Amino acid sequence: MFFVRVNMTDRTFKVEETPAAYKYLGGRGLTSNVIANEVSPLCHALGPNNKLVFSPGILTGTSAPTSARISIGGKSPLTGGIKESNAGTSWAADLGVMNIQGLVIEGQPAEKGQYWGISVIWDGKPKVEFFDATQYTGKVLSEIYPAMYAKFSDKVSVCSIGMAAEHGYSNSGVVFNDMKKRPTRYSGRGGLGAVMASKGLKFIVLNRAGAPGMQIVDKALFEEGRKEMISALRTHAVTKPKGALNSYGTAVLINILNEAGGLPTRNFSSGRFKGAPMIAGEAIFESNKTRKGKEVYNHSCSPGCIIQCSNTVYDAQGEEITSCLEYESAWSLGADCEIDNLDDVALMNALCNDYGLDTIETGTTIAVAMEAGVIPFGDSKGAINLIHEMGKGTPQGRILGAGTATTGRVYGMTRVPVVKGQSMPAYEPRAIKGIGITYATSTMGADHTAGYTIAPEIMGVMGKQDPLSSEGKAALSRAFQATTAFLDSTGHCLFIAFAILDIASGYQGMVDEINGVFGTSWTAEDILKQGGDILKVERKFNEEAGIGKEADRVPEFMKTEPLPPHNTVFDVSDDTLDSVFGEL
Amino acid sequence: MLKIKVKLYATLSSFLGDVASGTPVEMDMPAESTLGSLVELLKLPLDEVKICFVNGHIVELEQVLKEGDEVGIFPPVGGG
Ligand code: SF4
Repeated sequence: MFFVRVNMTDRTFKVEETPAAYKYLGGRGLTSNVIANEVSPLCHALGPNNKLVFSPGILTGTSAPTSARISIGGKSPLTGGIKESNAGTSWAADLGVMNIQGLVIEGQPAEKGQYWGISVIWDGKPKVEFFDATQYTGKVLSEIYPAMYAKFSDKVSVCSIGMAAEHGYSNSGVVFNDMKKRPTRYSGRGGLGAVMASKGLKFIVLNRAGAPGMQIVDKALFEEGRKEMISALRTHAVTKPKGALNSYGTAVLINILNEAGGLPTRNFSSGRFKGAPMIAGEAIFESNKTRKGKEVYNHSCSPGCIIQCSNTVYDAQGEEITSCLEYESAWSLGADCEIDNLDDVALMNALCNDYGLDTIETGTTIAVAMEAGVIPFGDSKGAINLIHEMGKGTPQGRILGAGTATTGRVYGMTRVPVVKGQSMPAYEPRAIKGIGITYATSTMGADHTAGYTIAPEIMGVMGKQDPLSSEGKAALSRAFQATTAFLDSTGHCLFIAFAILDIASGYQGMVDEINGVFGTSWTAEDILKQGGDILKVERKFNEEAGIGKEADRVPEFMKTEPLPPHNTVFDVSDDTLDSVFGEL
Repeated sequence: MLKIKVKLYATLSSFLGDVASGTPVEMDMPAESTLGSLVELLKLPLDEVKICFVNGHIVELEQVLKEGDEVGIFPPVGGG
């Protein structure tokens, strides 16, 4: 396996064997370790000393199901701490097939305003070619993606950044192609798009032609594990074909969170939204059925996914408005802004994809702006206009593009739902205590995926735990955070967790898949320990960046303002929060 | 008798007739009815009944219903 280092200061590259220390790492485990070893925690995230590391998961590029995830690591301009953000895309699989375990982007060009693309091809080993990409800047992504496929071939995979990143926004993602070559699959959180832009890098095009494919040491063991994984995913009610995810997409969660009183509404001032059913997964399914004249089931974001949770939203003429509208996005652009017009929410999602904005951060920012009186709550046309301002880089747009925390400060707001500068996703800490603990303590800033306690707290996956109680939740969050850090390293999509946390043979299947690839004999306990080690590395980086346990807190208003309908506050003590990492 | 409101979601909504997912439907139940007896009355397949709410709290099928309760019933769901 190879490490490819691209130096953007002088546009040179180096291909080396994967350093021994990284041999058994992939995905988040690899990106976080490289960042911790090579990037000064005190560097400026947009300066020459930050690095951007791409790593496919351990299984990515193999035939393991639902495993085409790419992790990107760097120092985040949004949180000031370490960041790993992952996405599902053929780009990830191609990197694995080309045996590139780490792609590290370093340095910074002296030329301001100039952009390059790199094309990575297989020539006995990976080889990098540079091309001028300045002409592709200042344009929406849906316009420039076809140009890349025309320039290279329709067999390539394309990674890019949008205008949000070119403007240097802390709210800017890195985008990858979906199965229809659309720029829609995002490593959205934490502003890594701006890091890529700061290096003058506009595109990374992968052409896997001739590449050898992933090496698997123990093929029989891998096959055995893969079969168990497939069987778990095909049987579990959440992940099976025509199950919840395949039929309704992740937005199926809108109604259940609303019912639980945990759907953040009107800038985190209520846990219930009257318009929830109108933007829910069921509404998308029914609207598509009427508009397309047939039931439309979801598709896959990346090759080899058998869960297939990605939806498409069609307009009254049966034309696509956007793909995919996730739960998080339907919530942030919908409920949190009190917008219940599904078509407008879908359009806002499409605009975020086009400009390269993170949908979560965008929705929560607009909600704070709404509370500040910039536009009224529920004003979907006004919200659409604000997203255009962000894309164009007007002074108003730049304030919003800096993220929710900055926008709150500019307008002097106190209800600003962020931890470590990153806005909270679609679960209310006051109504669901475990996820609040994850938001507070995660190394990533407020991040639901970092330790998805929603599974037992709301969905009844891996047992049932009362969401309103904080009893035992520090330990729960810790266990989820450690497991997730490892899952984010495997290349499997996090959604496999629903199946393998309930079906033990599926979990063992994952362990076998990995032992098959590496020829190791790790146990489930080894994996949990490795996840914990990744967290420790990330935590240390953050502490050295000045982000210690004092930053492991939710905003004050959540401790003082009771949240309807349960009228509860976030009552988890600081000591309990500190125990999450204290007892790791 | 007691009056309650029932909302069925996702794949379960068809068991209330031709209503959209989550539409509240008023029902009369004998006093002392449990959530389980409501599930039985609606002929919901037990393996499809995963999470039940009464007034926003997650409860089990043994829960005794009271006048004015709002019930929400979900099949297995997931996402993120
Ligand atoms: S489950 Fe959904 S998000 Fe995950 S890999 Fe499959 S389609 Fe992509």
